Amino acid sequence: MSDIVATNETILVVGGGISGISAALEAAEAGKQVILVEKNAYIGGRVTQLHKYFPKLCHPTCGMEINQRRAKSNPNLTILTMAEVTDISGDKGDYSIKVKLKPRYVTNNCTACGQCTDAVEAEFDNEFNYGLNQRKGAYIAYNNAYPQTYVLDERIIGTDDATKAKDACPADAIDLEMQEESIDLKAGAVVWATGWRPFDANKIQPYGYDRFDNVITNVEFERMNDLMGPTGGKVTRPSDGAEPKKIAFIQCAGSRDRNYLKHCSRICCMASLKQTHYVRENITDGTSDIYYIDIRAIDRFEDFYQKVQEDDSVKFIKSKVAFITEGENNNPVLNGVDTEGYHRYANEYDLVVLAVGMEPSVNQGDFPVDIVLNEEGFIEMDEKNGGVFAAGCSSDALDVNRAVQSATASALRAVQVINQVGAVSPQNEGAK
Amino acid sequence: MSDLNQALADKYKGNFLKEVIDNVEEGDRVQMCMQCGVCAGSCPMGPHWEHTPQKIFMMIRANKREAVLASDSMWMCTSCYNCIARCPRELPITHIMHGLATYAKRLNLVPKTQPTAKFAQLFWNNLSSKGRVNELKLGISLYFMNGFGEGVKTAMANQKLGLNMLKTKRMAINEAWGGHSVKDKSGFHAMLKKAAEIENDTIEANSK
Ligand SMILES: Cc1cc2nc3c(=O)[nH]c(=O)nc-3n(C[C@H](O)[C@H](O)[C@H](O)COP(=O)(O)OP(=O)(O)OC[C@H]3O[C@@H](n4cnc5c(N)ncnc54)[C@H](O)[C@@H]3O)c2cc1C
Ligand code: SF4
Ligand code: SF4
Repeated sequence: MSDIVATNETILVVGGGISGISAALEAAEAGKQVILVEKNAYIGGRVTQLHKYFPKLCHPTCGMEINQRRAKSNPNLTILTMAEVTDISGDKGDYSIKVKLKPRYVTNNCTACGQCTDAVEAEFDNEFNYGLNQRKGAYIAYNNAYPQTYVLDERIIGTDDATKAKDACPADAIDLEMQEESIDLKAGAVVWATGWRPFDANKIQPYGYDRFDNVITNVEFERMNDLMGPTGGKVTRPSDGAEPKKIAFIQCAGSRDRNYLKHCSRICCMASLKQTHYVRENITDGTSDIYYIDIRAIDRFEDFYQKVQEDDSVKFIKSKVAFITEGENNNPVLNGVDTEGYHRYANEYDLVVLAVGMEPSVNQGDFPVDIVLNEEGFIEMDEKNGGVFAAGCSSDALDVNRAVQSATASALRAVQVINQVGAVSPQNEGAK
Repeated sequence: MSDLNQALADKYKGNFLKEVIDNVEEGDRVQMCMQCGVCAGSCPMGPHWEHTPQKIFMMIRANKREAVLASDSMWMCTSCYNCIARCPRELPITHIMHGLATYAKRLNLVPKTQPTAKFAQLFWNNLSSKGRVNELKLGISLYFMNGFGEGVKTAMANQKLGLNMLKTKRMAINEAWGGHSVKDKSGFHAMLKKAAEIENDTIEANSK
C-alpha cells in the first residue's frame, strides 16, 4: 500500500456510499487526486441493500454499475476498502491522516470464482441481509460487489477453514499472512460521507421487535424482496416461513419522537409507499395497511403517493400505533386509537413492517476530527469544520437524489480548497 | 353558571385554547399535541372513559369548552404516567389532565356524581391539614364517603387488608390520635394560603 501518493492537493473522501462515490468521481473527473476510504469490503453503501429505488422503481444496481465503470476508468481515484480513518490532524489545506487497513486475506488475483466459499464450512450472520440468513466464512457481500474480490472472515483465520480456502483457490489469491496496516496520508480537504444506519428497533419497547418474530423492519423487508436476498425474493414470515397476506406498515418507528429520534427521517414514508408496490407485485392477494401520523411524500413525490392511494390493496389509517401484542399463530396485533373518528382498534396481521428511521452512522464521540454536529448528530455546515465537508446522509436524512446533490456540492467545496492550496504551493510559483 | 365561570367564558369567547393556556397548569403545552393517538392507545383507562387525552386536546382546540370542563375523563386519570412516558412530543399529559380537573372544580363544573372528585377532595383535606397524608384517616373517610352503613360494610370487607398494612408498617394505629405532621405546620399553611392567593388573583385577573 506504500505506493499511494498523497499530498496536500489530494482530496480524501471518507465513506464509499452513493454520496462518497459521487463526490469522489466529481472531484477526480475535475482532475483532482482523490482517495476514497471505505469501511466495508465493497463500495456502494446502503443503496446496494435496496431492492428498488423510488420514484422510478428501478434497481439500484444499474446506477451503481455506471459509477463503478467511471471509478475503474479514472486514474485519479484510489479506492481503499476495509479501511477506516483513525485520525485527522492539521488544518484546511494541510491535513495529516491516519488510515487503518484491515486484512482481507484475499489479493487482487482473485477471479471471483467462489471456490473458497464452497470449500469452507463455518457460517456467520449475513450482515448484508441484516442477519436474516447466514453466509460462509469466505464470501463476497453480494454478486455485483465492487471490487470483485472475495473476503475471508477474520473469525476463520487460524482454523482449518482458512487452509481449506487457501488450498481451494485456483488463482493463488489467498494470503493468510496478511496483517492489519496503518498508513499515513496527506490531504488538503476532506469529504465526510459516512452515511446512515437504521434506528435500532429494539429500543421501541412497545412494538416488541425483540419479542415478536413477525415484526420486522423496512430495511429487512427490502432484502426479503430482492431476488438475490436471503429468501430469493419471496416474502416470508420469520415465524413459520409462510407467505403473509395481510401486511401492516408502521410509520415513524423511532422518528419524530422525543424518546428516540427527534427528527423526521424523511425517507421512510416514501420507502413504505414504495414497499406497497413490492406487496402487490410479489404477494398474490397481498394487502398493505399503512399506520401514519401524516404522510410526508417529500415534495415532488406527491404523485407517487396519489397513485398508491388509488390502489385498492392499500389502506391508510391515521394513527400512531400505541403498542403491539401477539395473537394466535404468532400474528402481531396492532393496538391504538385512530385520529379520524377516535375508534379504538386491535387489528391482527400476518406481518408488520416497522418503518424505522435513519440516524447518523458515526456516533457523536467517534469522529477522528473536531466537527460541528446538530442535535441529531448530523454534520452541520460550519466555518469551524475548516476543510471538512459533509456529503449525503452524514449531513441529514436524504434520499439518493438529494444525497448526490449534496455530494456534488461538497466535492465543489473541496475542489475550491485544493485550488487555493495549488495556487500558493511551491511547484506553481513559477507559473504565476 | 357561577359568576367566575360566566366571566371567563365571556372573556375568552371563541378561544378556549387561550383560556386553557392562561389558566390551566401546563395548559400551554396542549399546543404541542400532533394528534398521533399514542396516549389514547396507551392509557390503561382508555376503553373506560369517553374522552381520551388526545380527544380532550382536540376538543380544546375545537372550542368545546362545556364538553371539556364537564367531562369526567380528567377524573378517571390514575396518574400511571404511561402517556407521558410514550408521548412523542413529551407533553406532560397527566399534569394537564389534573390541571383541567382543578380548573373545572374551581369553576364548579365537576359532574355531580363523580366519585374520584370526591376522593380528591378527601385526599386534599387530609394532606393539607398537616402536610402529611394520614393513611388511616384517609382510609376511614373514604370508606364512609357514601354514608355510615356502607362505610361499615366496606371497612369489614377490607379488614384483612387493613391488618396486613398495620403489620407491614404501611399504616400506623397511632395515626388515629393526631398523626404525624410537617415540622413547621403554620409555615406550611401560610405557604398554601399564599399559593391559593396567587392562583386566585391570576384567574380573577384573567376573567376581567
Ligand atoms: C428503508 C429505506 C428505503 C430507501 N429507499 C430509497 C429509495 O427507494 N430511493 C432513494 O432515493 N433513497 C432511498 N433510501 C435512502 C438511501 O438509502 C440513502 O439516500 C442513501 O443510502 C444515502 O447514501 P450515503 O452514501 O449518504 O450513505 P450510505 O449509503 O450509508 O453510505 C455510507 C458509506 O460510508 C461507509 N462508512 C460508514 N462509516 C465509515 C467510516 N467510519 N469510515 C469509512 N467508511 C465508513 C459505509 O460503510 C457506507 O458504505 C431508503 C432508505 C431506507 C431507510
Ligand atoms: S418520513 Fe414519514 S415515516 Fe419517516 S419520520 Fe417522517 S413522517 Fe415519519
Ligand atoms: S401522545 Fe402526545 S402528541 Fe400524541 S395525541 Fe397524545 S398528547 Fe398528542
